[in-house]
Amino acid sequence: MIGRKTFLRLSGVSLLAVAGRKVIAALTAGGSAAAAPVTRWAMVVDPGKCSKAAEGCTKCISACHAAHNVPALSERRHEVKWIWKEPFDRAFPSQQTSYTEAVFHGKPLMVLCNHCNNPPCVRVCPTQATWRRADGLVMMDSHRCIGCRYCVAACPYGSRSFNWVDPRPSIRNLNADFPTRTKGVVEKCTFCEERLAKGRPPACVEACPEKALIFGNLEDPQSEVRGLLRSRYTIRRKPELGTQPEVFYII
Amino acid sequence: MHDRPQIYAGLLVFLGLISFPIWYNLHAGTSSKGPEPKLPVNVKQCVAPTSYMRTSHMDLLIGWRDQAVRNQNRSYVAFDGKTYNVSLTGTCLMQCHSAKADFCDRCHNYAGFAAYCWDCHVDPKQQVARSGR
Repeated sequence: MIGRKTFLRLSGVSLLAVAGRKVIAALTAGGSAAAAPVTRWAMVVDPGKCSKAAEGCTKCISACHAAHNVPALSERRHEVKWIWKEPFDRAFPSQQTSYTEAVFHGKPLMVLCNHCNNPPCVRVCPTQATWRRADGLVMMDSHRCIGCRYCVAACPYGSRSFNWVDPRPSIRNLNADFPTRTKGVVEKCTFCEERLAKGRPPACVEACPEKALIFGNLEDPQSEVRGLLRSRYTIRRKPELGTQPEVFYII
Repeated sequence: MHDRPQIYAGLLVFLGLISFPIWYNLHAGTSSKGPEPKLPVNVKQCVAPTSYMRTSHMDLLIGWRDQAVRNQNRSYVAFDGKTYNVSLTGTCLMQCHSAKADFCDRCHNYAGFAAYCWDCHVDPKQQVARSGR
């Protein structure tokens, strides 16, 4: 038989023990969550180098489209885009002045998914078919995509394409190593995550003859991208929207 | 009971008609035939025991899908300790079942099942791959 006093004393000690465990768990969890990611993939685009290449160089586009079975659809409203050329005033609408117009006149500007740090497409996706990986890649899982196109509407860069028609018949050379997409799903650039997994740079970066696309790890202070961001003046597309794009343009 | 012949004749016709599918299949010789998928010649062991693959290959493939796409883990350690690359086209088709038409499709067609895996994943044997439906 336990007396009233002993019972109360024991209960108090037990409660303290439970509370103490919770405090310790919360403290240790907080410490590990605050740790910075080891990798943060980013790209620097050097339009100056890009324009040095022969007029109409589309090697990066061809390499990307060949690697990822991107269809060549003739109808523009069905177009599927991963990396493409955009006029300066459309890529940087807020940067446009009569002077920049002259400087960048006729220069191609490669645009692609910005793999934003704060991606609006991820926020609106109702099925988590698109999500942001720990290394910063904004990934796409076609298996989960229900084709609602919220992400297409949310992306301020037009980086997402919807498959309005079956893309298979419009793929010139089918690459068996990479799946195609099907009618009714959204697709976009994935920074070649399947190549990164093997330690290779993205296909567009490898294909560029002028080395105008530079890819690397932002978390590594010694990386080429960090070096360029230190030494050159770069801008990002529509930074005022707060999406924190991870594709930088050397101006 | 003068209608006995008519009644028996009618019953016979009825039984003949209702059992027609059975006679038809027996004559065609299809009723006892299974799907007969073509097994790989040079590889003897799948990534999991045959009995498991026969009943639950989709469970395994869905697990593969999630681990590769969502968790970036592209290697699979099989029950016998062998490590495989997680890839439907690269491992299942290219390493063992060289043509899906001879393996996957035979059972799926027999069961009247259309797998939408092949709407996206490519069968290297089919140059311009047709969708599986």
